[in-house]
Amino acid sequence: MISANLSAIFYLSSGVLFILALRGLSSPETSRQGNFFGILGMIIAITVTFLSVGNFSSGFIYVLLFILVGGSIGAFIAYRIPMTAMPELVAGFHSLVGLAAVFVAISAFINPEAFNLGIQGNIKLGSLIEMSIGAAVGAITFSGSVIAFLKLQGIMSGSPIIFKGQHPLNAIILISIIILIYLLCSTQSSNLFWILIAVSFLIGFLLIIPIGGADMPVVISMLNSYSGWAAAGIGFTLENTALIITGALVGSSGAILSYIMCKGMNRSFFNVILGGFGAVDDKSSISSKEQRPVKSGNADDAAFLMKNASSVIIVPGYGMAVAQAQHALREMVDTLKKNDIKVSYAIHPVAGRMPGHMNVLLAEANVPYDEVFELEEINNDFANADVAFVIGANDVTNPVAKTDPQSPIYGMPVLDVEKCKSVLFVKRSLSPGYAGIDNDLFYKENTLMLFADAKKMTEDITKNL
Amino acid sequence: MEIDPLIFRLSIFILSIFVGYYVVWSVTPSLHTPLMSVTNAISSVIIVGAIIAGLSGNADSVFNSSSIFGFLAIALAAINIFGGFLVTQRMLAMYKKKKKDKK
Repeated sequence: MISANLSAIFYLSSGVLFILALRGLSSPETSRQGNFFGILGMIIAITVTFLSVGNFSSGFIYVLLFILVGGSIGAFIAYRIPMTAMPELVAGFHSLVGLAAVFVAISAFINPEAFNLGIQGNIKLGSLIEMSIGAAVGAITFSGSVIAFLKLQGIMSGSPIIFKGQHPLNAIILISIIILIYLLCSTQSSNLFWILIAVSFLIGFLLIIPIGGADMPVVISMLNSYSGWAAAGIGFTLENTALIITGALVGSSGAILSYIMCKGMNRSFFNVILGGFGAVDDKSSISSKEQRPVKSGNADDAAFLMKNASSVIIVPGYGMAVAQAQHALREMVDTLKKNDIKVSYAIHPVAGRMPGHMNVLLAEANVPYDEVFELEEINNDFANADVAFVIGANDVTNPVAKTDPQSPIYGMPVLDVEKCKSVLFVKRSLSPGYAGIDNDLFYKENTLMLFADAKKMTEDITKNL
Repeated sequence: MEIDPLIFRLSIFILSIFVGYYVVWSVTPSLHTPLMSVTNAISSVIIVGAIIAGLSGNADSVFNSSSIFGFLAIALAAINIFGGFLVTQRMLAMYKKKKKDKK
């Protein structure tokens, strides 16, 4: 058994290692070392916990056993998961953190002696507040992430589920959670504790169902943030510095990512959270859609255009992930490069279903990261490029965001694809994207539509090059 | 008058939010997905609470209602820890620079 002071110092050091782990991600070169720091911090935290409890009786074997079982499941998933399924994986992992927080809180509530929090029925007030907040936020994280997971996995429809009185209902539930916590703290009633957890599960579920598929980057980041706050709440209960530091880090990380994603769509956080985007505008967009002429071409035309170009910019979107076209795309780019054509990639902040989704897929296909650029870095280059190759993206290229104040996406930063000499647009059909609005780019003089599956079209172009 | 230890923890918490704020802003956007998976892995340090709960039983009864929740939480957090760090490592291994001979 080691002293409480010594273990506190070790917990502090693992907190510092976690900070270094995030710090490492500031560039790909240092990122692998950062991940190592993270693992080291975790090993220290777990070892110190064992030493500070000092109880190496039969329970210890079971702890190791459960770590082993969970660890092997985790490792198995980590090695098997395809990169395109990363958003689902992260959502699924968030739900586990949330549920773990709920379980720890329950355990502390029924056996407060083990945590030095007083005795059952008379838990220290501060600890009770902290653990009920931790449990509530954990439960919201769990059920919210489960819904996000189901939506991303396609088990549940990605379209928003809206019903009358949704927002007042949610508001009532949120207020009742606060009242429940207050009552729980004044009565110490275990029934109220269970009701609190049940109601929190319910609100997590209700909060996420009205949010549509393409808003998932915000939702995942937000749930990431929640899982951090839940961990911090439990950290206060356990008086554990490592948990408090980590909770704060993860909480602010998720909050920043949500902010970046919202800015990428020029929408306020509340607008996204209240949901329903892309579901209500159907009527107006259909009525305004007159038949406009579209130039469509085949792989041969596209190959001809690209062969005569000196610079090409690729704009990938969620459609590339769906079609698993990233490898085919890399092969096409390799062929272009052999012909001395300069190729770069332009990534919109909200392309895909989670922050950085496109970057991971391109990295998987062995695209060097210094050929991949963010919106601000590359947007001026479109004017000098010969061909823009839009593969699976739509709303993020729509010039209407700059020209039409009536449009729901007006003011959203978009890639200036239309400034290219010619635009190749790989798409299955002319159907509007997530925002439910037509893309003016389809009808431009210099746009050639390639109606096909993204992967197949890319392969065909490579053959024709 | 003595300062409540809670205030110290609160100070750590608030300062860590600020540290997190600046550290995360410096993360390059192309690594945002690994950022999410690694934050996910480190937030599973909640396993320390789960271990305390799991070891709360005595020699005669390893399993009581409290420790069972602890064991379940251990398994969940372990999935996250191993899964989170390994998948992050797998992703980070893919980020490569342009080959030298191209320049």
